[in-house]
Amino acid sequence: MRLQYPSDIKIIFVPCTGKVDVLHILRAFEKGADGVCVVGCLEGDCHFISGNFRARKRVEQVQKILDTIGIGGERAQMYNLSSGEGPRFAQFAIEMDERIRKLGPNPMKLAKKKAA
Amino acid sequence: MIVADKKPIEEIIEEIKNHEKILILGCNECVTVCEAGGKKEVGVMASALRMYFLNQGQEVKIDEKTLERQCDHEYLEEIRDVMDQYDAVVSLACGVGVQFMAEKYHTTPIYPGVNTCFLGVTEERGVWTERCQACGECILARTGGICPVSRCAKRLLNGPCGGATKGKCEINKELDCAWQLIIDRLKALGKMDDYEKITPIKDWSTERAGGPRKVVREDVQQ
Ligand code: SF4
Ligand code: SF4
Repeated sequence: MRLQYPSDIKIIFVPCTGKVDVLHILRAFEKGADGVCVVGCLEGDCHFISGNFRARKRVEQVQKILDTIGIGGERAQMYNLSSGEGPRFAQFAIEMDERIRKLGPNPMKLAKKKAA
Repeated sequence: MIVADKKPIEEIIEEIKNHEKILILGCNECVTVCEAGGKKEVGVMASALRMYFLNQGQEVKIDEKTLERQCDHEYLEEIRDVMDQYDAVVSLACGVGVQFMAEKYHTTPIYPGVNTCFLGVTEERGVWTERCQACGECILARTGGICPVSRCAKRLLNGPCGGATKGKCEINKELDCAWQLIIDRLKALGKMDDYEKITPIKDWSTERAGGPRKVVREDVQQ
């Protein structure tokens, strides 16, 4: 299946979304990512039982932090799909891309440029 | 262990906003276990603060370090040669660590990064509960290993009071009555005779009521 999804999305593979920590997501933003979405298996379908629930909680924590520091919590999102749902992945990617384009670039980038 | 809880980032920002070179200092022991002030929490806080200040257009250097403990000279000494690089430290250790840091490096402001809560246990991940108030004269031998000083809302030594209902404390229906627990435990141990013994008035001078405390052990002193 060859599906089109926005080309500026960089995919990082992890064995389970439960591996993704608050710190990983924050570091991505610190390095200038405009948005981060964590895509996990469907709720209830995690091979490691609760990895995707943990990931969701962590994304929520990141959203809170981003709101507090003025970067915008909406830039971090959690999505769920099953491994056979390629088209849904493409749809999420497009959705995320649109959301982030509306929000504009990560303010970090501008601030870094100014500071330099 | 000593159980602490995270402070809101807003509060930390308020504490440090007038500084330019800040060290976020974690502790590898109690606060790591209760996920409030270990290496990971240091990383999260430092990352959030760096982004906050950069976004504000403020040039602030935020570094991270985590010591084995902050309640012993030897570990605090490990940062002596870098301390002159900072004009403030946010310590994510318990209040003990924050104060020992402040005593040792008394010309650098040390800010607390967590709220220190109590001496307790990890009941399950994310749930910590109190077990000991460090009263200085442990009575657990007589109470079936359950502490009425820390777990009875009224600190009764000859309980329960009249307020316990169905094994729960009258101040909070979710809270077990410590004396119910003690009685159940003494029964299980076949030591209900102990329950009949009246506990004499406790010497509270070993508790905080006697002022700040000190333990001196000549046998181990150098
Ligand atoms: S400084 Fe506090 S949190 Fe760290 S090891 Fe000592 S008592 Fe525990
Ligand atoms: S009796 Fe005192 S020392 Fe013993 S557990 Fe209770 S508070 Fe702690």
